[in-house]
Amino acid sequence: MTIAALFFYLYAAVACASAFMVIAARNPVHSVLFLILTFVSAAALFVLLGAEFLAMILVVVYVGAVAVLFLFVVMMLDVDFAELRQGFLQYLPVGALVGVIFLVELVLVLGTWAVAPEAMRAIQAPIPPLDQVSNTQAIGRVLYTTYVHYFQLAGVVLLVAMIGAIVLTLRHKENVKRQDVGRQIARTRAMSVELKKVEPGQGI
Amino acid sequence: MNLTLPALGPALPEIVILVGALALLFLGAWRGEAARPVVDFGAILLLVLAGAIVVLLPGGTLSTFGGSFLLDPFARFLKILALAGAAAALLMSFDFLRAEKLERYEFGILVLTATAGMLVMISSNDLITLYLGVELMSLSLYVMAAIQRDSVRSTEAGLKYFVLGALSSGMLLYGASLVYGFTGTVGFPGIAAAAKAGSLGLVFGLVFLFAGLAFKVSAVPFHMWTPDVYEGAPTPVTAFFAAAPKVAGIAIFVRVAIDAFPNIVPQWQQIVIFLAIASMVLGAFAAIGQRNIKRLMAYSSIGHVGYTLVGLAAGTPAGVAGVLVYMAIYVAMTLGTFACILAMRRNGEAIEEIDELAGLARTQPMVAFLLGALLFSLAGIPPLAGFFAKFYVFLAAIEARLYALAVIGVVASVVGAYYYLRIVKLMYMDEPKAAFEPMARPLGFVLGITGLFVLLFFVYPAPLVAAAQAAAQSLF
Amino acid sequence: MTALIQDYLPIVVFLAVAAAIGLALMAAPFFVAYKAPDAEKLSAYECGFNAFDDARMKFDVRFYLVAILFIIFDLEVAFLFPWAITLGELGTFGFWSMMVFLAVLTIGFIYEWRKGALEWD
Repeated sequence: MTIAALFFYLYAAVACASAFMVIAARNPVHSVLFLILTFVSAAALFVLLGAEFLAMILVVVYVGAVAVLFLFVVMMLDVDFAELRQGFLQYLPVGALVGVIFLVELVLVLGTWAVAPEAMRAIQAPIPPLDQVSNTQAIGRVLYTTYVHYFQLAGVVLLVAMIGAIVLTLRHKENVKRQDVGRQIARTRAMSVELKKVEPGQGI
Repeated sequence: MNLTLPALGPALPEIVILVGALALLFLGAWRGEAARPVVDFGAILLLVLAGAIVVLLPGGTLSTFGGSFLLDPFARFLKILALAGAAAALLMSFDFLRAEKLERYEFGILVLTATAGMLVMISSNDLITLYLGVELMSLSLYVMAAIQRDSVRSTEAGLKYFVLGALSSGMLLYGASLVYGFTGTVGFPGIAAAAKAGSLGLVFGLVFLFAGLAFKVSAVPFHMWTPDVYEGAPTPVTAFFAAAPKVAGIAIFVRVAIDAFPNIVPQWQQIVIFLAIASMVLGAFAAIGQRNIKRLMAYSSIGHVGYTLVGLAAGTPAGVAGVLVYMAIYVAMTLGTFACILAMRRNGEAIEEIDELAGLARTQPMVAFLLGALLFSLAGIPPLAGFFAKFYVFLAAIEARLYALAVIGVVASVVGAYYYLRIVKLMYMDEPKAAFEPMARPLGFVLGITGLFVLLFFVYPAPLVAAAQAAAQSLF
Repeated sequence: MTALIQDYLPIVVFLAVAAAIGLALMAAPFFVAYKAPDAEKLSAYECGFNAFDDARMKFDVRFYLVAILFIIFDLEVAFLFPWAITLGELGTFGFWSMMVFLAVLTIGFIYEWRKGALEWD
């Protein structure tokens, strides 16, 4: 257990430090790279908690896809970040105030942590012990049957995201010739060649 | 593990809308823009069909998906309201979108998915269903706000709405996870049972949850996005924003407060009272200086959310019934007013300046009369419907001994009356400007129905009030 | 719990070895290599020239569209993993549940294909 604790503090420290660097780094690309480091550390923390599936999803989805998207966005923005950061520090008091309030709240909340006695009876699908069922399996057992409506609604949310991305960003250039393989293959001799009967001595 | 199909009956309206939206999307993908008339017509038909299903489903309280989805009289009342609001807003949008060359078949489909999200919100009986409904609705609304993608104002509106909406979703989730952490369940009945003690952590969760919800209904101090988004988004989208999503937002506000936290009423009551007072006062004062009518309607909607929350603050069946009556009348008034705003066109261009309404009584007397009635009603002047809406919520507040709240509400509505009456004065007293183009038929239809409703509500208010009371009773 | 973490021991060893080799290769030149720093060595040489402007430039928004469509299908695949390993226990209902989910996203896929979102121009 002590080794697990050691790794917990290692990853927690890395996560906190890199999260700080996300906002402190001068170069936005570095910020995104630090964000990736934060995600990876959080994934490691999930593994230590025994939530392997979430850890791997975090790596696959957030590191593999979301962070790449962030890099695109950072590069797409043609913004002079050094200029943007002029006067950045004048927001520090407000930001610090909000941060301190959040911290106090978290301390207060965690200080009074108590699950209500009725809560245990309210749990609908208790988590099976880890040595019998892996947590990916435990999720699979309930997600597609008991919680089918969550699952299907998530599918519709993804669909709306897809429609939204296309509606807002897709535009085709005018007057660009595109290859249409189907039409090329379907083209027949009759469609492309026309025989004209030319009367002798008349020309066309 | 549950291997049998849960009962789908209670969720049939949502299923019909979503399956229909998928079919229409498929049609649109296959036929391209040629499918737009079919998609537009189909979208309206689906909304009407879903409303019919809500009415025809067996009465009483139906629940499915392990109790996380509830169709009770409360949900029925608000679902019909949301569907009517969405259908009317969609009907009003066609002419405007055609004139502005914004017509795309995706618009109808986004209205359908947004409405499905609202219906899920209204029926949700646990935090996860609530969140999924909110996200389905919000995601569609973000896209709709920015649908005029070549206009800077529309994209700005979409971006602002998206960034602030994402922030509010974050707060909502933070609150939901705290509530889950302190009660061990996401279901509202389970939370109510576990929340008897009302520990500090639970109250923090409640605060964040309410902050997220206040954002969705644009209650002060989470209203900052509203004027900019209402002004920037294309007008039919603004009309849609002002009607249906407000119904869903208020519905979930009431359900979370009454169903999930009935045992810690004092804790949430203070929050709701604060939101109500702040919204009423800001809605009344900030609207005075506005020159753009869409911005004015944004502040007006903030104020009306404040009055609605007065009913919730009472926390009694009478208060909730007042909320329901208020929402029904608010949707009618808003849709009617937006029908007039959409009809403000001259030389093929949409006009949004309030001053351009000057002398409307002489150029279009019928429109001016109905718009005048709607504005008097928004101001809450008897015997129009808007007066009764305010009457029921203030009565409930007084019965619950919230005298200060009721007094502030009355004062705010007197102040608010000023800017509505200024428009009426403009229409009837001032020198006429050039006439607007004649009103499109769907706009005239919506304006006629809502105008008559507002004018004649006092003759026979019993059915609506009785339905609202029955619906409110089902929550307690 | 401990058993689960022990499963990850090879990865920890692997990471440790990788980190050690990487750090060693980075640190070695500091001690071993011959050093004669000169400002000219860092400047653009004969064929090169100094940069005209910032390397930060506008990318086409289409990169973003491709990336976001990728994320959506990435998430779809993430939903497939738990389903794949529990399919034996889920029965017909669980099977069709996933089929409906896939059908919804397939309609989205047909939509984006027909819209031409998968073409570059």
